[in-house]
Amino acid sequence: MIWNETKECMSRDEIAHLQGKRLHAQISKVYHNVEFYRKKMQALGLEPSDIQTIDDVVKLPFTTYADLRENYPYGLLAVPKEEIVRVHASSGTTGKPKLLCYTRKDIDIWSECVSRAMTMAGLTRNDVLQVGYGYGLFTGGLGAHYGAENLGAMVIPMSTGNTQKLIDMMIDCEVTAIACTPSYLLHVAEALESKGLVDKVKLKVAICGAEPWTEEMRKQIEARLNIKAFDIYGLTEIIGPGVACDCEAKKGLHIYEDHFYPEIIDPDSLEQLPAGKLGELCITTLTKEGMPLIRYRTRDLTSLEYDKCECGRTIARIQRFRGRSDDMLVIRGVNVFPSQIETALLTVSGTTPNYFITVDRVNNSDTFDVAIEVDEKFFSDEIRHLEKLRSKVENAIHQTVGLKAKVKLVEPNALPHSDGKTKHVEDRRKLTD
Amino acid sequence: MIIKQLSVFLENRSGTLQEVLKILKKENINILALSLADTSEFGLLRLIVEDPLPAKEAIKAAGYTSSVNEVISIELKNEAGYLSSLIGKISESGDNIEYMYAAPYFDGKVSMIIKTDNVRKDNNIIES
Repeated sequence: MIWNETKECMSRDEIAHLQGKRLHAQISKVYHNVEFYRKKMQALGLEPSDIQTIDDVVKLPFTTYADLRENYPYGLLAVPKEEIVRVHASSGTTGKPKLLCYTRKDIDIWSECVSRAMTMAGLTRNDVLQVGYGYGLFTGGLGAHYGAENLGAMVIPMSTGNTQKLIDMMIDCEVTAIACTPSYLLHVAEALESKGLVDKVKLKVAICGAEPWTEEMRKQIEARLNIKAFDIYGLTEIIGPGVACDCEAKKGLHIYEDHFYPEIIDPDSLEQLPAGKLGELCITTLTKEGMPLIRYRTRDLTSLEYDKCECGRTIARIQRFRGRSDDMLVIRGVNVFPSQIETALLTVSGTTPNYFITVDRVNNSDTFDVAIEVDEKFFSDEIRHLEKLRSKVENAIHQTVGLKAKVKLVEPNALPHSDGKTKHVEDRRKLTD
Repeated sequence: MIIKQLSVFLENRSGTLQEVLKILKKENINILALSLADTSEFGLLRLIVEDPLPAKEAIKAAGYTSSVNEVISIELKNEAGYLSSLIGKISESGDNIEYMYAAPYFDGKVSMIIKTDNVRKDNNIIES
């Protein structure tokens, strides 16, 4: 099934033509309405009239998450603030989050894309979908919710945190589909197995995303729950989940090219790379109104394929993700930059800026351990004081990162000392296969 | 009597206590009393030695975190109820005892090492 055959099955020429037209309009808009883009283009001697076809995109400057941070909160708005109907935020490398603003039309575009993804996964208005992503500033919950409503499916807004209730409602309400992180779904599978309830559920499809996962995890989910699992990709900066999703053919994630123009660049030379070459994914939003992003560097490493898919779609397919071109970690679906730990430590007096993060996956759930050193300023002969400081650090990390870490106190000589190049992270999860 | 105590932070792994004891041995530092407190995450070694400052320096040079602080040392009488009456004085003052441990060979007598939330005040109370 295809939700929008006109847009998902155009010929490559038609796609390029539409993208060129939309890019020109988008660039004219941001040039006139966003000082940040105008200045960047002027510095390169560019005017909107220089951008006529989609191939002209390479003339344009890149946008990075640092730009979003520096222009927080409203610096990149391309419309008057009263046009904005919602914001979402994602964490950044330091204190301030990245704020993303949506107009009514942006929400509609987003919902349309999520509906396309859900249709790709075989869902229709007859389905009952549990959304097991968090609702809030994070785009997962509301993104899946609006997309499923737009599709006409029945939505159960579970959010996160209560697996027992999720399972009860899954059985009682005859849930047929779930949207959540793949690691959480494995946790749910385990809970169902331990209670002998796998046969009682009517689940047939899972749409999983918000964290990297392997083909091995997909096979496990599909076999243990006897369902089909689909991979949905997105990032808050671009719009949220629903930028791309895979179809039954499982030959990569179809990206909705009429709204998001994808290109692969060499992260060092910044040159655009041809189809099939591994590099960093950059996305230009062609239709977004509130906060359009031009050549946004996602830092996700992958490649693109453009041949027609068995499913009939002609839009490009994002291939398996091969990691990141920066040091960001995705832990339990939350983006974590190691430098955020240093930021958190600075808020707790008595701590040193040295830390070591260990991430692992135990029983399908990510563990997030942070070792900090006990130096003389921090040390006390009373256990109570040490425990108090430890929980202060845990709170500071939770505040900064939005995720609970297990803080471990270690001797000072046990940690690598920060000189800018020190390794601060050990990721023991095998997330690329 | 107020005396100085040396506390050392120990990670919960095999061999840490031995490493610290080796340092003290090398420096020819005699241990008069010792208590090892542990949590699920780490251990805390509290020591009474004759001269805590050189001991602290040696331990620090080996990369361990330590601190020197004051504690109360009370000589105990070998009779029923003696400790109870001493502790009773601290309780009456409203202060808390953070920890305590026995020092069997301290100064040739059996003593109790006590840390309260106000060491100097509680020492005066006990000695009065």
